[in-house]
Amino acid sequence: MKSKLLNSLLVNGSLALICLLWTIPTFGLLISSFRDRIDISNTGWWDVFPHQDWVSVQKIVPAPTVDRYSPMTLGGITATFEQFEAGISKDGKKYIWIGNRRIGYLDVEEYKWISDTTFTLENYKQVLASGTYTAKLANGTTDTNQGSDMASGFLNSLAVTIPATVIPIAIAAFAAYGFAWVKFPGRKMLFALVVGLLVVPLQIALIPLLQNFVALHLNGTFLAVWMAHTGFGLPLATYLLFNYISELPRDVFEAAHVDGASHFKIFTRLVLPLSVPALASFAIFQFLWVWNDYLVALVFLGGGSQNQVLTQRLANLVGSFGQNWELLTAAAFFSMIVPLIVFFSLQRYFVRGLLAGSVKG
Amino acid sequence: MTASNSKRATGLGIIRILISFVPLILTILLLVWGMFFIRSEQASKTPLPQTVIVAIALIWGVGGIVLLFFTGNIVIEQLPEKSARRAEPILFVGPALLMLTWALVIPTIRTLIASFYDQISKNFVGWKNYIYVFTNPNMLEVFRNNLLWLIFGTVFTVIAGLLIAVLADRSKFESPAKSMIFLPMAISFVGAGVIWNFVYALRPVDAPQIGLLNAIYVGLFHGQAQGWTTSYQPWNNFFLIVVEVWLQTGFAMVLFSAAIKGIPAEILEAARVDGANEIQVFFSIMLPTIAGTIITVSTTIVIFTLKIFDVVWVMTGGNFGSSVIGTEFYRQYFTYNQNGIGSAIAVVLFITVIPVMVYNLRQFARREAL
Repeated sequence: MKSKLLNSLLVNGSLALICLLWTIPTFGLLISSFRDRIDISNTGWWDVFPHQDWVSVQKIVPAPTVDRYSPMTLGGITATFEQFEAGISKDGKKYIWIGNRRIGYLDVEEYKWISDTTFTLENYKQVLASGTYTAKLANGTTDTNQGSDMASGFLNSLAVTIPATVIPIAIAAFAAYGFAWVKFPGRKMLFALVVGLLVVPLQIALIPLLQNFVALHLNGTFLAVWMAHTGFGLPLATYLLFNYISELPRDVFEAAHVDGASHFKIFTRLVLPLSVPALASFAIFQFLWVWNDYLVALVFLGGGSQNQVLTQRLANLVGSFGQNWELLTAAAFFSMIVPLIVFFSLQRYFVRGLLAGSVKG
Repeated sequence: MTASNSKRATGLGIIRILISFVPLILTILLLVWGMFFIRSEQASKTPLPQTVIVAIALIWGVGGIVLLFFTGNIVIEQLPEKSARRAEPILFVGPALLMLTWALVIPTIRTLIASFYDQISKNFVGWKNYIYVFTNPNMLEVFRNNLLWLIFGTVFTVIAGLLIAVLADRSKFESPAKSMIFLPMAISFVGAGVIWNFVYALRPVDAPQIGLLNAIYVGLFHGQAQGWTTSYQPWNNFFLIVVEVWLQTGFAMVLFSAAIKGIPAEILEAARVDGANEIQVFFSIMLPTIAGTIITVSTTIVIFTLKIFDVVWVMTGGNFGSSVIGTEFYRQYFTYNQNGIGSAIAVVLFITVIPVMVYNLRQFARREAL
């Protein structure tokens, strides 16, 4: 009995540790995105938790007449400037000189439990803004900077992602049904092509496809990205949906055929409604894939800033404001909101899709 | 129309067939018009509000494809029985095959050809690009890095995924724990790059460290703050690989978890009754049973890792000796305008996945034969 308890403690303990390890990076980002920018650059995000630190409790400003080149008596302590500057500890308090010899004061600090919990939405407002944005800081000053225009990036991401999810699914569903239930010569050969294309790295097709788009003057438009994502997503979509649709019971189709229904009718009236779970699984898969994609957007949407999606905006921010963590954290978290919502609300379908989609042939 | 009607295919029948093409042709015209419209709107100096373009684009893109299938079917319904049988497969698999050919097959062939031509794809240069790719010291470093990614990225991910799956299987908190591990899968590699750049953040030595890793390193181990992704090459690659492991472990865990649950409980119970301890059960029963899944997971991660781009590009830009095939491909093509070398790199990438491709096709052929 005792070993069982120990065992469970060991299992749950190590599991908790791993989960903590896995979650901390994202958690730190989330916390930081709400912190004041001065706090972000001066203290770690973990300072929002209660911790012990030296806190200033009193400022003693010596009169201008006090001679700073001989021992001074301040706050009941007599010491030289050099000693004060190095810091003196007495009765659990720290006396330290701030500033230079002529202009400065003695700071009395106590070691206390504190937590930095000034949170703000200014970081988010700035990354969403287009044009300049004047952020109000906790210390009362303001900071004017170029906004990162993540708001329009969000809209562009939606515009890219929704069609790039629906179009391949529509095409693939028809194809999957065709390969599974419509008899025609060369069916197996053509489906083998789909299976073969499953693992093709998209880099091999990227450049000629880009040349196609340039020739059609489509480079930089949403259209180009949809077509690219449709092409790159089709093999997996067709393969997944084929696996599902080909497993549907044969009697369903035979009964319908006897009744004189065409393939088109069978597909739209029977197969599509029956395939909703598989369609949903792939839809989530493709949605997350496209939303999170960077390379395809980078190549086909390019530098034209007005059509850039969230991942591009975020990557640009890393390039030009790599140390401005108040912007990076807020922008990064903003770009994750939609996938996280999709993920948490539809996790079951997503997992099902993963299980079906792992390329085992 | 039914077969009896089509047998008496008269002039009227032919006209009906011709008329049935009208919706399809209209749809195609609508699609082409939409393409021009979106193209010109996105290029114009004074475009419509972005929201309006997006709305139109959405309706056009999604509606157009559905309309295409429906109007195509109208034509088929008017065709005589025999022609309809022949046309049906075209309606179903035609668009997909067309798209695959246009977006993947032909481009692959063109890249293959371009890899034997010079940087502007004008003059034939034979194997020159490949010789560069396999002898240039910079390229060799790229291959070394990719190898590090392949080996350690895959091994760490598989081990972590397996460990978590086994632990979660025996815990009461299985579902929340798995969600937490799985969560990074919803995050983009760019986002993950930012998250981990923040963990690795380096401030000047005398300033307080705001990056978690440096804060721990300085605070607990009294080390000196490091640029984890920039110094100590090639070890910096491992700090990038961590990001991939963090992101992909959820995937491995889900598949392993399902496989472990698929092991019949009696077998595990029997082994335990016979006195095997948990570690023996794991190594002599679980591992062999889920070997197939381990291979599947490893293959998927290997293929994914081969093309890794975003995370390196965002975190180091491929500098500091951290370039991989994906970033080098991009750099050769877009930064140096080396069309031929870029293509050759893509072809090398393609060749490395051919064994997996062949394996998949074999499996498919075997299943079809059953």
